[in-house]
Amino acid sequence: MHIVVCIKQVPASNKVDVDPVTGVLKRSGTESKMNPYDLYALETALRIREQAGGEITAVTMGPDQARTVLREAFAMGADHGVLLSDRRFAGADVLATSRALSQAIRRLGGFDLILTGKQTTDGDTAQVGPEISEWLNIPCAANVRGIEQLREGDITVRMELPDAVEISRIAFPCLLSVDKDIFMPRLPSYLRKKASADREITVWSLDDMSDTDPEHYGLSGSPTQVQRIFPPEPHGDRELWTGDAPALTQRLFDRLSDMKFI
Amino acid sequence: MAKLIIHQDKIIDRYAFLSLCPFGALEYAGGSIHAGAGCRMCGLCVKKGPPGAAEIQQDETPRLDKAAWRGIAVYADQTEGEIHPVTCELIGKARELAAVIEQPVYVLLIGSGMDEAAQRLRRYGADKIYVYDDPQLKYFRCEPYAAAFTHFVNTVKPGSILVGATTVGRQLAPRVAARLKTGLTADCTVLEMNENSDLSQIRPAFGGNIMAHIKTPNHRPQMATVRYKVMRAPQRSDPSGEVIRCSCAGLDLSSGVEVLRIARKEQEQFIEASDVLVAAGRGIKKEEDLAMLETLAGLLGGQLACTRPLAERGWMDAKRQIGLSGRTVRPKLIITAGVSGSVQFAAGMNNSDTIFAINSDPNAPIFKIAHYGIVGDLYGIIPELIRKIQAKKEADR
Repeated sequence: MHIVVCIKQVPASNKVDVDPVTGVLKRSGTESKMNPYDLYALETALRIREQAGGEITAVTMGPDQARTVLREAFAMGADHGVLLSDRRFAGADVLATSRALSQAIRRLGGFDLILTGKQTTDGDTAQVGPEISEWLNIPCAANVRGIEQLREGDITVRMELPDAVEISRIAFPCLLSVDKDIFMPRLPSYLRKKASADREITVWSLDDMSDTDPEHYGLSGSPTQVQRIFPPEPHGDRELWTGDAPALTQRLFDRLSDMKFI
Repeated sequence: MAKLIIHQDKIIDRYAFLSLCPFGALEYAGGSIHAGAGCRMCGLCVKKGPPGAAEIQQDETPRLDKAAWRGIAVYADQTEGEIHPVTCELIGKARELAAVIEQPVYVLLIGSGMDEAAQRLRRYGADKIYVYDDPQLKYFRCEPYAAAFTHFVNTVKPGSILVGATTVGRQLAPRVAARLKTGLTADCTVLEMNENSDLSQIRPAFGGNIMAHIKTPNHRPQMATVRYKVMRAPQRSDPSGEVIRCSCAGLDLSSGVEVLRIARKEQEQFIEASDVLVAAGRGIKKEEDLAMLETLAGLLGGQLACTRPLAERGWMDAKRQIGLSGRTVRPKLIITAGVSGSVQFAAGMNNSDTIFAINSDPNAPIFKIAHYGIVGDLYGIIPELIRKIQAKKEADR
């Protein structure tokens, strides 16, 4: 069984301020971490490997520093790591990102299962997983909350629908995007970290893809374009009431009555 | 392809220039500055750097005949014939958008045995309802649904498509977008139509800490998902709208997914469905004190919700948590009690019609979004408010 897990390095903190005058992003530090939702995908992969055997390859796209999250994946138990890194991948939206990742996964050769986390904490789209499955033309299920059964050629999962739960059997190879809390992720192990310290990370650039047309990647390959970024606006008309508790309560009661909530 | 070019001779202060990049992607190596793989092509170094120091070289934009793509389509989210209410909200939004460019509104309905659902959809003012009805479409499976969806797009050629960001929409829309090789913007909170039929899509990023304005200028259709309760549902009207049954013959409805069974979720009261909410925050000192808020919520005909710390403490079910990591709500009335109002919490409720906030700290961020900020101790206000409401109910009897 060959399991591929897609992971991403994200900023350690979501705290971003935009200077309202200049429109410049002010980030508190440039520290980064593994996207927390990816831990659930890795944990799921480890549990499946415990049952079925095989190997786990973690794949990420990003700058050279993104090696850190692959090392972290090794410390949790992943066997191999692939870093997709190329200036020409820069500025990629969901379509261009999923295209690059699917090219890398294809290059890995045979795989049975691709796992992704629900979403990232920086982009928040939850769309890259399903788009990868489309590029690879394999079945997919998102919002997977549990695994019911694992067999030689397929996996049975519980998938959340808006008002129900769908229990489906999905043939390998397939892609599953797992919800948080599917399993409790294990902590990285110091011993595994030490043992894997010298393990080689495969680094691929655009030239290693089978589709080497730079127009298909990065900003050029992205149909969506960010026009501008700005801080969220606070609401309009506001009132601030101060006073002692009985007066405030009376005022609140009167206003709720006026508005016919009481 | 689009490239970021840096003209070294125009850079006056190297360190100031390097620090322009919020992503740390500008690197100094070998005596010159260049953008590394962390570059997101945001263009800030172009805008904020010395004139001419950084430049984004755009490709020639491919010619796209925007006039060939007409109308705004809404995907009707249904489970076993039950239409998800986000669908109606999106039809309402689509009508507003379509009015700007005087184009029609379409609804796309995919499933099995959809006659009744199609009739119900006629009451929201869409011009045409396209129905793909086939036994193989009985359960949601991404590939066959994507096949029908793609067939619809290629036949009808709508300029924009809105999909509810439900658990179904969030996997179907990307699958379709990748198949059509077009752009998809997730969780839009504001949508505006431009005269040239470009859709301005505004969405939060970085956990709601910034807003991004996104366009899909050279591709059609433009696709966007929108969460439930972000847009306003239109009033139901007399049935109008033509129902068009589409043939599924010739569509590849095969799938590697076999649905074994559908399990009902336990009947729960969803806070999203409630018109009135009372939200408890960290200002609540003891778990037992939740009872008085529960009483208040009950008297107002609503439900009790909470912030993340309370859910994490296990005082309340995570399903009752409001915020980015919880639920998005848009009640007619929300009263927050002891909620400081983090950005993450606010993002989950700031579209509520009326927000009352009770907090003893006059500087609490919740007062920035509350319509009525009440600076006071909730323990002095809530019990008295409950007494007053109960007294009024007694008197009215």
